[in-house]
Amino acid sequence: MPDSGAVTSPLRPAFSTAGDAAGAAVSAVGAARLVLARDLKLAFRKRSQLVQPLAFFAIVTTLFPLGVSPELPRLRPMAAGVLWAAALLASLLALELLFRDDAQDGTLEQYALSGRSLTWLLAAKTAAHWLLTGLPLALMAPLAGIALGAPGAAVPGIVVSVAVGTVALSLIGSIGAALTLGVRRSGALLSLLTLPLDIPVLIFGARATELAISGEAYGVPLQLLAALAVLGLTLAPLAAAAAVRINLE
Amino acid sequence: MAWTWFHRLASPPHVYRVARRLTPWLAWPAAVLIIAGLIGGLVLAPPDYQQGDGYRIIYVHAPSAWMSLLVYATMAVAAGIGLIWRMKVAHAVAAASAPIGASFTFAALVTGSLWGAPMWGTYWQWDPRLTSELILLFLYLGYMGLRSAFDDLQRADRVSAVLAVVGVVNVPIIHYSVVWWNSLHQPPSLMYLGKPTMPPSMFVPLLVMLVGFTLFYGALLLVRLRGEVLSRERAASWVREAVRP
Amino acid sequence: MARAKKGVMSDLCLKGENVHLWRGDHHVLRGVRFQVGAGECLQLTGANGTGKTTLLRTACGLAYPEGGEITWCGQNIRADLSAFHAQLAYLGHEPPLKAELTARENLEYWVGVRRRLDRHELDAALARVGADHWADRPVRTLSAGQKRRAALAGLTLMRAPLWLLDEPTTNLDAEGQKLVGALIDEHVQAGGVALAAVHHELAVSAGRALRRMELTFA
Repeated sequence: MPDSGAVTSPLRPAFSTAGDAAGAAVSAVGAARLVLARDLKLAFRKRSQLVQPLAFFAIVTTLFPLGVSPELPRLRPMAAGVLWAAALLASLLALELLFRDDAQDGTLEQYALSGRSLTWLLAAKTAAHWLLTGLPLALMAPLAGIALGAPGAAVPGIVVSVAVGTVALSLIGSIGAALTLGVRRSGALLSLLTLPLDIPVLIFGARATELAISGEAYGVPLQLLAALAVLGLTLAPLAAAAAVRINLE
Repeated sequence: MAWTWFHRLASPPHVYRVARRLTPWLAWPAAVLIIAGLIGGLVLAPPDYQQGDGYRIIYVHAPSAWMSLLVYATMAVAAGIGLIWRMKVAHAVAAASAPIGASFTFAALVTGSLWGAPMWGTYWQWDPRLTSELILLFLYLGYMGLRSAFDDLQRADRVSAVLAVVGVVNVPIIHYSVVWWNSLHQPPSLMYLGKPTMPPSMFVPLLVMLVGFTLFYGALLLVRLRGEVLSRERAASWVREAVRP
Repeated sequence: MARAKKGVMSDLCLKGENVHLWRGDHHVLRGVRFQVGAGECLQLTGANGTGKTTLLRTACGLAYPEGGEITWCGQNIRADLSAFHAQLAYLGHEPPLKAELTARENLEYWVGVRRRLDRHELDAALARVGADHWADRPVRTLSAGQKRRAALAGLTLMRAPLWLLDEPTTNLDAEGQKLVGALIDEHVQAGGVALAAVHHELAVSAGRALRRMELTFA
């Protein structure tokens, strides 16, 4: 006879019977928060991994003065574009951290079998990913901007535009990462899939950053960028969940 | 009742037979229309007052560009149907269409580049139309690359179907952002003929070529679809009958 | 609250009818039929490659069969997959543990996504599988057998009526295999349902409730 009381011993497991969602004491938001917390905790235990995309960003940015010219007046017109191209590539690199581990050890499978909405759980993972890769990138971007000739007054504009843009990039990237879950050495394929979809983000983001650097109002492209991020927020986790389920079949 | 044709459409041997019979009905009209369009456009239509005879490449460029988009949309719809209703034939349609669409895109890029060259002095400009076509080519290549990354055909079908659907949602967004980007900088652009409206003698052959190209795609799709279906169903018994000489 | 549903318990039944599944050209499951009810454990045996894992994953709802259907309590699982998953605990080949977290943390996150866990339950479950000494060490320092035991602790914590287990005794010594048998025993005697793919017989004592089914190549 199963116990229905609050105290349950492992020797007499109590479970709800058919029709009763097993202990639905955890809400969708609660589960999402747990997934977010877990990913953040895991990342802090492997901190060295987080530095790599940032270092990559710094190196790529450095290539341009070396390849073009050390003169800041010549670099400033291209600063926004260079910054964004580097940010795009760095965010691509960081996508490896999103699903690969969980796919390999069966955690993703357990999420799919948890009875919770996989869309929500993947959205939580993507949010964690942005906090760990996109946000640091946004905070580092002004340094790159200044190194390419941007004035100090442009810093807030650069941070905001890159922050919003990387949200969209993480979301779009999550689709590509989910699609290529089972593919070995998926780096080049992931880039081919993700970069064309990233182009609108690049266009609006770079324009916003460019206007910020030249001291003009950057509201319009920023709003378009935010619109892309919101669109991504509603659609990307759905597509990613569909792709994950297909790869688990 | 209405569903029976839908489900019959899902049956590979049925599709194979229908495709075989339908192909000449598309191929011949396509050939006739394309020849007529070419004569109308290359020979009969008057020269443009601004571009002279150089504009005539539009009779291949515009239909190619149009087809590159139409084929992508068809591919995405077929992939979506295959994904939702689990119809293998729908996935075969998408798989068969992709290289055709990519070829049209490539043709649009080449003809666009040739068109612009005399005016620009170079073979490439970041014109909004050409840039969009280039990005579309990358989308096609991504789709085909993703397909080939999987050994299991069913998984390849379904994963690439998700990509196709995501891509088709993105195509208008990408196009709009490229047009927006271009409008900021006003580089030299082509695709606009001298007069704001085209006279019928110029326009009609264009329309004829458009329809001809569409029928050509249809015929080519049916031919490739038969090959796809045979390859996918090679273990089935009806295939042995079908390929008997 | 669970008392009111007790009468419905005997309806717990996982059934597979005429299940067909292809992987490419390979017809893996050919019209497989099975049934496991409340208080029963069905052992799936068969050589490598006969489709045991595939059948389990199909029963989970992860794999989609080309023919036939899987029903739980009389209802097709596809009708409400989330509700079905909420009653299901699946353990695959690999224990779903993150190497950088401790066993305890892993269970908190793994089971916590499904139901609220309290400290005592967690401690008790870990003690049951003999994890007292190593529950707070990172999983990467544990042996394969210890990881498997941690996964079993998680299994008991899920409080799910249906257990689908893919070779649960992998990497376990004789002690461990007895533990698996005991856990399944308790689960089944409390009215649960268990379906396990195994290479060797499970050390399950509930004689009458233990059935076997073998998958073969046609």
